Amino acid sequence: MPDTLPTGAPRTTAAPATATAAAAGIEIDDLGKRYPGSAGYAMDGVTIDIARGEFVCVVGASGCGKSTLLRVLAGFETASKGTVRVGGAPVAGPGPDRAVVFQDYGLFPWLTVAENIAYGPKQARLPKATVRERTEAALHAVGLTRVERSFPHQLSGGMQQRVAIARVLANRPAVLLMDEPFGALDALTRSGMQAELQRIHREAGVTVVFVTHSIEEAVYLADRVVVMAGGSAHGNAGHVREIVPVGLPRERDTTSPEFNALKRRIDALVHQGNEVTAG
Amino acid sequence: MSVPTGTHQAGEPATDTARVSPPASPDPNTANAPNADAPGRSNGGERGRRSRSALLGALYAIPVPVLLVLLWDRGVAGAWLLPFGIQMEYLPAPYDVARRLVDLAFGGVIDDTYSGTLWEHLWASTRRVLQGFALAAAVAVPLGVVMGRSRTAFRLLEPTINLIRPIPVTAWAPLSLLIIGFGDQSTIFLVFLASVFAILLNTIAGVREVPERLVEAAAMLGTRPARTLYKVVLPAAVPSIIGGLRIALGLAWVILVVGETVGISTGLGALITQAREQSRTDLIVAVMIVIGLAGFLADRLLMLLVRLIAGRRPLIN
Repeated sequence: MPDTLPTGAPRTTAAPATATAAAAGIEIDDLGKRYPGSAGYAMDGVTIDIARGEFVCVVGASGCGKSTLLRVLAGFETASKGTVRVGGAPVAGPGPDRAVVFQDYGLFPWLTVAENIAYGPKQARLPKATVRERTEAALHAVGLTRVERSFPHQLSGGMQQRVAIARVLANRPAVLLMDEPFGALDALTRSGMQAELQRIHREAGVTVVFVTHSIEEAVYLADRVVVMAGGSAHGNAGHVREIVPVGLPRERDTTSPEFNALKRRIDALVHQGNEVTAG
Repeated sequence: MSVPTGTHQAGEPATDTARVSPPASPDPNTANAPNADAPGRSNGGERGRRSRSALLGALYAIPVPVLLVLLWDRGVAGAWLLPFGIQMEYLPAPYDVARRLVDLAFGGVIDDTYSGTLWEHLWASTRRVLQGFALAAAVAVPLGVVMGRSRTAFRLLEPTINLIRPIPVTAWAPLSLLIIGFGDQSTIFLVFLASVFAILLNTIAGVREVPERLVEAAAMLGTRPARTLYKVVLPAAVPSIIGGLRIALGLAWVILVVGETVGISTGLGALITQAREQSRTDLIVAVMIVIGLAGFLADRLLMLLVRLIAGRRPLIN
């Protein structure tokens, strides 16, 4: 098979295997979450329309409800009010159509890398050959073929996060939900993973909702950045302050003036109003 | 309501090297076997270093038991009087015990009614230990998983279990003789009682400590709720369960001496009882050594079995 990929990537076989996910849009309408036993809403009035294949980052100070939003999308928490629809269907509990990548990986320590990746397709009771095919493809997609027989504890944090990403790719999800996935990684690994994630997003065409603390990361990755604010520390519910379209061409230059202007603007939005309640 | 993690920590058997028991002739092969990595994965250098360190471990293990045997020998010869009122003149000399041990196993040295009977007694005891232990594991592991996952089951059963648990198994012995009668069944019941709580409490603790993250990961990967217990919770709790099994197996051997005291003619406990009735201290000490070795070997075999099943999988803490 003649490969015509420019950047000497040996993982070209991954492209057809990961590209077939049927991405879905997400409609979040007036979503609110109140935890049992707590007085107010942790998050309220969140309305976001996310297009198929879009890459959306969610930023905001601690306690603004961005992780809560992601957990409701994943189905780990039920909404107290409002609705979430993924591909038109309302979310009811966790499911393989909505893949989650956690900051602390959540890999199964008793399974090898390859077994971790094969886990999802096996749960779907796919034929053996398909399971193997998908595992191979996902291993290639994140460059892990060399360590497929290792156990998670033998790998570095960056490698473990690659396994976690490969594990959900093997499930061909419609939506990829990522909760500060690179937050525990060192800067160098982190930027490598960001580039890799962009490539995976492009190839798989999957819809991504990516929660992060890092505004730079958000501006680098996102089509749109959702800025959330508030939270119980501010005496109100976490809510969407603004949705900022990024609009910069891909392969973004983090040192360009446009990039930094946007970064400053979002930074101001994130921190706006915090001083008032502090004083 | 306290989470019963006590046994989980305190009773945990020490590391392998620390458990090389004094009387065991430190054969580097058996001492090394459970530590050996999967064949083919470890290269020659690694293997050499491992066996060297095992050899070094064996060398370190030798001096203390040798010294103890020497002191024992001198103490008996000199009729030492030790604290607790231990009168060493009544102890058999190490040589007498060694003679008795050889005769017990193979006969031809002392030639009395005990000669060559060791294997019969050892087998009778091993069978009872295995039956009671297997029964305890079969009850405690599933029950522990349910109690660890279900708050209702835990609240329903935990108080009762912790009320029964402090009753020493030795206190159950007279009652079990009366309600079960003489024979195997009563001993197996006592072994069961001795091991069931260690397995149960460790399983509960292990299941409760399974990170919620793994359950979430399983859910979003498409695991049906009914299978989560078997696919995620159980494997994640395996290291704790194995810890519980090890403690329980040790306790099972401890209870033998009590469980085989009355109305039973075979078994190491029965042998010790007969020896006491005839004031045969050499026989008592010989059987004590056998029970110690049997418990030690049982633990080693259990770990070997686990490693055979687990392979390279990180299932042992």
